[in-house]
Formats: sequence, C-alpha cells, structure tokens
Amino acid sequence: MANFTEQDKANLKAKKFLVWLFVISSFMLFAALTSGFIVYTAGSVERGIKISLPQSFMYSTAVIVLSSISMHLAYLSAKRLQFAKQQGYLLLTMALGIVFFFLQLSSWTYLTQQGVYFVNPNASQSFLYVFTGAHLLHVFAGLMMLLNAWIGKLKNIPQVNNLFRLESTSIFWHFIDILWIYLYVFLLLNQ
Amino acid sequence: MASTAIHDSAAHHDHGHHHETFLTKYIFSQDHKMIAKQFLITGIVMGVIAMILSVLFRLQLGWPDKSFPILETFLGKWAEGGRIKPDFYLALVTIHGTMMVFFVLTAGLSGTFSNLLIPLQLGARDMASPFINMLSYWFFFLACVIMMGSFFVESGPASAGWTIYPPLSALPKAIAGSGLGMTLWLVSMTLFVASSLMGALNYISTVLNMRTKGMDLWRMPLTIWAFFLTAIVGVLSFPVLVSAVVLLIFDRSFGTSFYLSDIVVQGQVLPNQGGSPILWEHLFWFLGHPEVYIVLMPALGITSEVIATNSRKPIFGYHAMVYSLIGITVLSFIVWGHHMFVTGMNPFLGGVFMITTLIIAVPSAVKTFNYLATLWRGNIRFTPAMMFAIGLVSFFISGGLTGIFLGNAALDINLHDTYFVVAHFHLVMGSASIFGMLCGVYHWYPKMFGRMMDEKLGYLHFWLTFIGAYLVFFPMHFMGLDGVPRRYYAFTEFEFMKEWLSVNAFISWAAIIAALAQVAFLWNFFYSMFYGKKAPQNPWESNTMEWTTPVEHLHGNWPGEIPTVYRWPYDYSKPGHDKDFIPQTTPLSQTMSSNLPHDFEGNVEAEKIQAQWKSEVKPSAAKKKA
Ligand code: HEM
Ligand SMILES: [Cu+2]
Repeated sequence: MANFTEQDKANLKAKKFLVWLFVISSFMLFAALTSGFIVYTAGSVERGIKISLPQSFMYSTAVIVLSSISMHLAYLSAKRLQFAKQQGYLLLTMALGIVFFFLQLSSWTYLTQQGVYFVNPNASQSFLYVFTGAHLLHVFAGLMMLLNAWIGKLKNIPQVNNLFRLESTSIFWHFIDILWIYLYVFLLLNQ
Repeated sequence: MASTAIHDSAAHHDHGHHHETFLTKYIFSQDHKMIAKQFLITGIVMGVIAMILSVLFRLQLGWPDKSFPILETFLGKWAEGGRIKPDFYLALVTIHGTMMVFFVLTAGLSGTFSNLLIPLQLGARDMASPFINMLSYWFFFLACVIMMGSFFVESGPASAGWTIYPPLSALPKAIAGSGLGMTLWLVSMTLFVASSLMGALNYISTVLNMRTKGMDLWRMPLTIWAFFLTAIVGVLSFPVLVSAVVLLIFDRSFGTSFYLSDIVVQGQVLPNQGGSPILWEHLFWFLGHPEVYIVLMPALGITSEVIATNSRKPIFGYHAMVYSLIGITVLSFIVWGHHMFVTGMNPFLGGVFMITTLIIAVPSAVKTFNYLATLWRGNIRFTPAMMFAIGLVSFFISGGLTGIFLGNAALDINLHDTYFVVAHFHLVMGSASIFGMLCGVYHWYPKMFGRMMDEKLGYLHFWLTFIGAYLVFFPMHFMGLDGVPRRYYAFTEFEFMKEWLSVNAFISWAAIIAALAQVAFLWNFFYSMFYGKKAPQNPWESNTMEWTTPVEHLHGNWPGEIPTVYRWPYDYSKPGHDKDFIPQTTPLSQTMSSNLPHDFEGNVEAEKIQAQWKSEVKPSAAKKKA
C-alpha cells in the first residue's frame, strides 16, 4: 500500500493521541508517588531526605536536556526529509539517554556511600530510589522507542510512518525530560 | 470525499478478510466486537465463580455450628469436618470482593460495552489501536487465571480483604493468605491495571478522534458519554494504585518500611521502622473511591439509553445527565477521605471530606430524577432489559440514601466497618451495577449474537434476582446499626450478636435462591446463542447507530460508507412524525413534518427550506380538514 488513505491518517492521529494519554497516566503515577512522599514526610520530624542530593543529579539534568534538544533536531530533520541527519540525531539522543542512565546509577552508588540505603527506617530516603528507579524504567522504554524509530528508517518504512514514529517518540522523550526536571525540583524543594 | 471513503472501506475489507483463521477470528482477534464478547464471557465466568464463593461464606454465616460434609469433599483441608476454616473464610470474602469489583464490574462491564458500543454508536470501523485492544483482553485473561491459580497454592489465596490493608498484606508471615496467595494477588492486579489502562486509553482516543461525520460531542448517546468519562477516571486513578502496590511489593519483598512500623509477630520484633499504614489508605482510596464510579457510571449510561428507548421518550435532561456525569467524575477524586474517618485524621480535614462527599449526592439525585421523569407518562415497553434498568434506579436510590448517613463523619464513627457499610455498597454499587450490566446484555444481545434471548426466562430471572437482592442486603442495615462488624468469621462468639443468627440464616437462604436464579440467565444466554430466534436488524426500534449495521458481523462494521449523523439520539415519539422513532442517520430533509426550529442549529438555509415547505403543506392540509 503505497498511497495512504484518509482513514489511515485518521488512525495515526488517534494512535498519536494514545501516546499523550499514556503520558498523562504516567504523570499520575509520579504525582501519586510524590504525594505519597509528602504525606509520609509530613507525618513526623524524624522523616525527610536529610542529606544534600548527589552532584551527579546536576550532570544528568544537563545531559537529559541536551538529549531533548537532539530529539527535536531529529524530528525536524525527519520533517525536512533529511534522513541521514535524522538517523544521526537519533543515535546522539540514544547515546545521551544511556549516559543519563549511568549517571543516575552512579548517584545510587554515591547515596549508598553516604549511608543512605534503599532499605531504611526513614522511608523518605527510600523514596529517592523509587523516584529515580521508576523514572529510569521510563527512560528505558524511551530508549526502546528511539531504537524502534531508528530501525524503522533503516528498513525504509514509508515517510508517513517514519514521521509518526518520530512524533510519538519525541512526545514521550520530552515527557521523560520534563518528568525528571519535575522530580529534581521536587527533591530540591524537599531537601 | 465520498468516493475516497467508499474506496477506503473496500480496501479495508480486502485486508480484513485475507486469511482469517480460527485463531485470528476467535482467539487473538483484533475486532472490537469479538473482543467485547471475550470480555463478556470471561466476566460472566468470573461472576459465577465469585457468586459461588459468596454462597460458601454465607453457609458459614447462616449456620455457623453446622457441618456440611460435602464441603470437605470439594475443599479438602479448607473445610475439615465439613466446616469452613477461619483462614479460608477470609480468603473467600477477599477474592469474592476482588473478583466482583475488578473482574466482573470493571473489566466485564466496561470491557464488554465500551468495546462493543464505542465504535458502533459513533460510526468508527474499529478502535484507535486494535492491537492494544487485543492485548488489553489478554492481560485481563491472564489476571483471571493467576487469581484463580491462587486457590491451588498450599497457603491459600490472599485474605486481607479487597482493600489489602498493610500490615496484614505486607507481612508474608502475618496470616496464611499473606504468603504466596498475596503475591499472586499483586501480580494479578498489576496485569489487571495494565489491561484496564490499555482499554481506557483506546476508548478515550477513539471517542475523541474517530467519530463519523455529524457526530459531534453533543450528539453522542449517553452510553458513550458514560464510557468516555469512566475511561478518564480510570486513566487518572489506576496509576495511583500502581504506585501503592509498588511500595507494598518493596515492603513485602525487599524489607523497606513505607507502610510498616513497630511490629511484633509471634513475640519477634520486626526490623521495619518508621512506616505508616495510613499512607496506604490514602493511596488506595484515591483509586478506591473513583473505582466505585468506574463500576457504576457505565451502568448508568446503559440505563439512560435503555430507559429512553423503552419509554419511547427523549431522555429527560440530556445536558443535565452529561453535566452530572462530569460532576461525578470531578468530585470522585476529592472524597476518598470518607473511607478514612476513623484513622485519626484531623477533624477539620474530616469535615472537608464530609462536605465534598455530600455534594456528590447532588449529581446523583439529578440523574435519579431524570430517570424517573423519563419514565413518567412514557409509552413503556417492559422488555427484560427495561426491567433491569428500572431495577438499577431502585437500587441506586435505596443504596444512595445510606451513603448520606455514612458521609456524615459523626455517624460514620459508629457505622464504619459494620454491616451497614456492606448493605450500602452492595445496593448502590453491587446490585445497581450488576443490574446495569444485565440490562446491557439483554438489550444488546441481538447485536452481539444475532439472536434474541427468551423473554419469559428474562422476567423470571429479573424478579427472582430483584427480590433476592433486597432480601439479602436490606436486613444488613439493621445488623450494622446494632454494631455487627463486617468480616467476622464467628459472630456468634459474642453475646450481643447471637440474636442475629436467625436473620443471618434467612439472608443465606435468600442468597442461595438468588444464586440459583442465575441459572435461568446462564441457560438463556448460552442456549439462545445457538437456538434463539433470529434477530431483526433493529429489534427495539432504537435510534442509535449500532442498529444500522447488518446483523451479520463484518470486519469494519458497515459494508459501504459509514453513515452520517444528522440529529441527537433521542428523537422518540417526536410530534408530527409517523413513527415513534427517528434514527440518528435520518436527515432532517426526510422529516419535514416533525422538524422543530432548534433542530437546525442556526442553519439559515435549512430554516428557509423548512419555512417554504410549511407554507406549501400547511394550507392544503388545513383545507382538507375543513
Ligand atoms: C450519595 C452518595 C454516596 C455517599 C455519600 C457515600 C458515602 C460512603 C461512605 C462515607 C463510605 C464509607 C463507609 C465506611 O467504611 O465507614 C462508603 C463506602 C462505600 N461506598 Fe459509598 N457513598 C455514596 C455512593 C456510593 C456509590 C454510588 C457507590 C458505588 C457505585 C459507592 C460504593 C461504596 C463502597 C464500595 C464502599 C465500601 C468500601 C469498603 O470499605 O469496602 N458509594 N460510601
Ligand atoms: Cu467512597
């Protein structure tokens, strides 16, 4: 099927909307976790984060913001039919995503060195791991979507579908970015 | 435009029928109509199982000192000496509640009717993503299998109640059911939430993006409004349950202390410190309360449709019905604290939750009055579906009234965790939603299976179930007022409760008879599938679009172009028209004799044509009369 009918286009629009809805439900998950943190922490003065956050959070924030920019560049290239550039930016985004992933893991190491463990009578500190862990799961899913978009172009799927993959991937990737900034600011405010 | 549309459907047709095997047609189907049937049949099977569980624990409550040797034959060590053991009793109430709330009244109800009706009533060929839709069913199916599987583990199924409060649920050693059974419960529910979310995302996207020409939001049937808003509630609340469950799993398996503190089990002090079980209650009820509306709203939508069709009248207050559904949707997120009045919450906060809770009575009352006003002076056709719809209204009133008692924090301190609460929610949620679901089955059976169900059996089923439900749940109010707590295995151990023995035996008899009445339904359902009368295309003379599709199902729903919609779905008994219904797909140009000024929605051209038609027809008609 080389030419795409109105119906197929309508379907892609509906499918893209699914990504938005998923973003909303995902956001609710984090809203619940952070509310849980507030309810828990407000319960007693012995609770709370009680340490300063790892330096690596600052680096990882910078990295994920950069990755958002390269994601956007990949999307723009796809729209302008510059496919070599698109693939390059996709790879760059993936690389930055992976760097982010390892920076987060290194902050876990830092936390344990400070004596802040996951299993902890002060669950406010356990929440640090839950937030970053749940976010990393999303990063992993985002990396899979990036890979899927990259492979799609490699297999030379039609441009409508290529653009659809890039659009949905970029919605999700920007969401992951904003989500991390939300979490980071939330943690800074509750430090 | 028109020609591309025809071309589309033809192309669509081709790849739909290419190679359809048994496996792709009946098992891994991506067709919304087949998925709806899969949800329905799985839901009915789960409903029957959950009902049998309830009869088992009713035996214990009705005749606590009697032995039923047959139980030991079937249940083995869980009913040694023919008497249900305490551990197993708790497992029974837990799994009964979980299955009924989540598997029957959420997946069975939304899954069936949202899947069936959203594309058919809106004029879409299928869902936004048929593939995700299929996954949604299979996740649900797996959840059911795992939940059932927990009956086959040594330590038995989860037993902490359907709300699985920690610490009971968080300590694998607390009771037998908190071991492997609880783990399976959590796995099963995680799959279930994934399934519900996939379904809900699809429903919302389909409603917003795939309506046919002319189907603007204010022309959607109330069923669709209800399914749509239900899906929104689901998308916003189920993720919260996921977060609660994730933390619970960490507490159970990794030794964290989100919910646990200061616990001694069998003389041993546990290391978990600093947690708070109240945190669980907040997270759980933030889902839990919206969940009861996820259960109820589709039933309300179905009822609106069936009552309007069978009263042969437009639904009274269509806009008010939609706005009250929206009101319920919004309010349902800010009342969860009414389940926690006795957790020692700040009385001021309790007062806030009390006010928000009581405000929900307003949209609920609007809906009730509109149902009654639609019935008022209607040209009522008492089909079995209509009987069940009226039954829902009855339960909604009688169960809703007790909500107003419970919503008062001062009264709830006495009534919390008593049979009064059990009576409240079984009437307003349990019975009302089951009646909505059965109403839907009787009404759309011809659409699903192409055949009619037997009416006489339907009436028998209705009356036995209706009377049975009241006989079961009404007396529970009085037990609750007397302070009889829920979830007690041996209430006769307490002097003041002994007098309730005879009432409990009576309730158990009523429950057994009502359970037997379901055989009439099951027989009717499965027999009619093969031997029922062949259904005509529009058996109830209804206006909505699903009845414009052929009786034989086909992939893509309409053989040619998808029809266009010209009017709202409730033009029943419109003065001036020769028939008492006008399908949504009938253009105004074919109903000149019944058009009203506001039908044209400000279209000047059409108004002019209508005026001209009037001036030509009216004088001659008047002459004839003279
Ligand atoms: C007028 C509206 C309503 C009010 C004011 C109301 C109020 C309440 C309150 C205060 C409780 C807590 C009782 C306690 O545990 O002490 C409660 C329990 C419950 N309500 Fe309602 N309710 C209303 C309508 C509904 C509706 C429409 C449904 C379902 C569709 C529903 C389902 C439930 C359920 C399932 C529970 C018990 C949960 C449990 O503890 O297992 N209620 N209601
Ligand atoms: Cu509630």
